[in-house]
Amino acid sequence: MSDYNFAYLDEQTKRMIRRAILKGIAIPGYQVPFASREMPMPYGWGTGGVQVSAACLTPDDSFKVIDQGADDTTNAVSIRKFFEHTAGVATTEHTVDATVIQTRHRIPEEPLTEDQILVYQVPIPEPLRFLEPRETETRKMHALEEYGLMHVKLYEDIARHGNIATAYAYPVKVEDRYVMDPSPIPKFDNPKLEMAAIQLFGAGREQRIYAIPPYTKVVSLDFEDHPFDPSKADHPCDLCGAEHTYLDEVIIDDEGGRMFVCSDTDYCSKRQADGHRGRLSPIEEAAE
Amino acid sequence: MYVAVKGGERAIDNAHAWLAEERRGDTSIAELSVEQIREQLGLAINRVMAEGSLYDPDLAALAIKQSRGDLIEAIFLIRAYRTTLPRIGHSHPIDTGKMACDRRISATFKDVPGGQVLGPTFDYTHRLLDFKLAAEGELPEAPIRETEAQDMPRVTDYLNREGMIQTEERTEGTPPDLTRQPMEYPANRPLRLQALTRGDEGFVLSMAYSTQRGYARNHPFVGELRIGKVAVEMDISALGFSIDIGEMTVTECETVNQFTGSKSEPPQFTRGYGLVFGQTERKAISMALVDRALRWKELGEDNVGAPAQDEEFVLAHSDNIQATGFLEHIKLPHYVDFQSELELVRKLRAEVMAASQKEAAE
Repeated sequence: MSDYNFAYLDEQTKRMIRRAILKGIAIPGYQVPFASREMPMPYGWGTGGVQVSAACLTPDDSFKVIDQGADDTTNAVSIRKFFEHTAGVATTEHTVDATVIQTRHRIPEEPLTEDQILVYQVPIPEPLRFLEPRETETRKMHALEEYGLMHVKLYEDIARHGNIATAYAYPVKVEDRYVMDPSPIPKFDNPKLEMAAIQLFGAGREQRIYAIPPYTKVVSLDFEDHPFDPSKADHPCDLCGAEHTYLDEVIIDDEGGRMFVCSDTDYCSKRQADGHRGRLSPIEEAAE
Repeated sequence: MYVAVKGGERAIDNAHAWLAEERRGDTSIAELSVEQIREQLGLAINRVMAEGSLYDPDLAALAIKQSRGDLIEAIFLIRAYRTTLPRIGHSHPIDTGKMACDRRISATFKDVPGGQVLGPTFDYTHRLLDFKLAAEGELPEAPIRETEAQDMPRVTDYLNREGMIQTEERTEGTPPDLTRQPMEYPANRPLRLQALTRGDEGFVLSMAYSTQRGYARNHPFVGELRIGKVAVEMDISALGFSIDIGEMTVTECETVNQFTGSKSEPPQFTRGYGLVFGQTERKAISMALVDRALRWKELGEDNVGAPAQDEEFVLAHSDNIQATGFLEHIKLPHYVDFQSELELVRKLRAEVMAASQKEAAE
C-alpha cells in the first residue's frame, strides 16, 4: 500500500465520478461530462478507464486489465500494477474470476456475467467528431437526434468502396436513442455489446463518461441492403484451433510466413488447457 | 516456433532502471542538486510552475531534475501531484497594483509615474555565447541603488480616466475552476484566462503570433508589463480575519488594442490581459494577445474565421499535458485495430481485383 487513498483518487473525486457513472447508466449511450483529474499516467493511455475503475473498485474486487485482448501487453501491465500498488486489490488474468475488467480495444471472448463490470478506455468518445470537430455542434446534434451526417458518411463509403470502410470503433445506436462510439474495438466485437455485465466507458482527456446497462439494445449502424458484417480473419487460431474468436496476425519469418492466434490470450490458453489444438500448437510439439 | 511476447513486467522494470541511470549521466561528474536547479534555472522553474499550475519552486526543481530537463514531463509530474492536494480554501484575488516590481515597462508612453524599470531582462543583451560562463568564474556584483518604495499606478488607468479605453466590468461571482469542472463551450472569460495561463507556452505564443501576422489582427501595444512579488492573502475562518500566507512572483501584461468602435460603442481602445506565475513575460504577452482575439464577440467584432478567434479550437488544444499524452499514445500497441483494417483493405482490394479481371475477360 502507499500513502495515497484507496485506489489513488480521494473519496470526493470518486463520488463525483460515481455520480457521472450513475447518470450514464440512467441515460444509456449519453456522454456525461465529468471533471477528469490529471492522473499519474499520460492522457490517452487509459486515464478515463483508470478513473472509472478507481471509482468502481472495492477491496474485495478481483481486477483484470487487458490491452489488445492480452494481459501481458505493456500498458495493461502498467495499469494492473498501478492498482496493485494503490488499491492492493487482487488481480487476475482469468476473465471468469474478475469482477472488474479494464480493457483497451477488445471485449473478452468469454461471455461476461451480471456480476462483472467491463471498463473501456476511450480515446475519442464522440462518434461524430470526425464528421464535425466542434463539441458545440455535436452536442446539439445528439440533443436533436440529428444523425443524418453519420448515415451519409456510411452511404458514401458504400458508394466509393462498395463497403462501409470502418473496421473498428464502428458506431452503434444504443436503446434506439444515442449514437455511441464503442471505443476502438474491432467491429467483430460489436455484437457482444449486448451483454449481462455493466459496461462503462471512460474518456479522461475528453472528460466524458458513458455507459451501457446490462441487456441494453445496441445496434451497429447499417443499411437494409448492406447489413452490418462483424468480420474477422478467415482462419482458425493456430494455437487453440478456435474458429469463432478474433485473431491477431503474427509475422513469423521474412518470407511472408504468418500465423493467426487468438487476441484474447486468456481465452486461448484456457482452450489449450482444455485440450484444443491448432495448426502450430507448441504444446503438441512438446508432447512428441 | 512462435512464442507469445511475454515478460512485459520485467521489461518495464528494466526500462525504468536504465532511465534512472541515463538521468544521472556520467557519475564522475557532480550531481545537480535541487537547490542548484531552483537557483540557476529559474526561468525553467517558472515555466513548470505556470503550466503545472502550482507555485512551488522546490517541487518544480525536483520535477525538472526527475524529468531530465524535459519541461513538459516536469509539468506533467507537477500536475499529477497537484491534483492529489486537498483544497483548503481560496485566497483573495492578488492585487497586482500593489506589486513590488522588479521590472515594469510601458511601450505606450515615454515615461510613466513610477518610471520605466528594465529589471533583469534579456531584452538588450547581444546574443553572443559567453564563453566565460563555460569556465567557472566569479560573478561581478550588480550595482545597487537605494530607492524608496513608490506606487506604480497602472498605465491603463490613465487611459481609462479619459474614457479612451474600455472599462473592465467588475463581477462579484466566484469564477469557475477549470480543474474541478469539465470544460464546456462556450466558455466564459475567466475560464479562457485559466486555460491560457496554464496553456503550452509554444502554443499560446504561436496563436498570438498568428494574430500579429494578420489572422484576426488586433494591433496590440504593450500598455504595461510588470513583474514582481505580490502578497497572497487568505481568510482564516478560525481567526475571523485574513492574513498574508506568503508572496509569489507573477508577470502581468495588459495590452492596449486599437478598436474603431461598433454600432453600440464609440471608438476607444480595448484590452487584452495576461497573468502568469513567475517571470514569464513571453507567455504573459502572448496570453494577452490571444485573450484579446478571443473577445471578438463581446466587443462586437467580426469573426474572420482565424484560429486565434476560435475559442473551442484554442482552449481544446492549448494544454500540453493533454496534447502530449494523446500524441504519444499512438506508441501503444494498436495491432487489434490494425488487424481489422488489414482485413478490410484486403477485402476491398479483392473486390476491385475481381471486378477488373471480370472486365478484362469480357
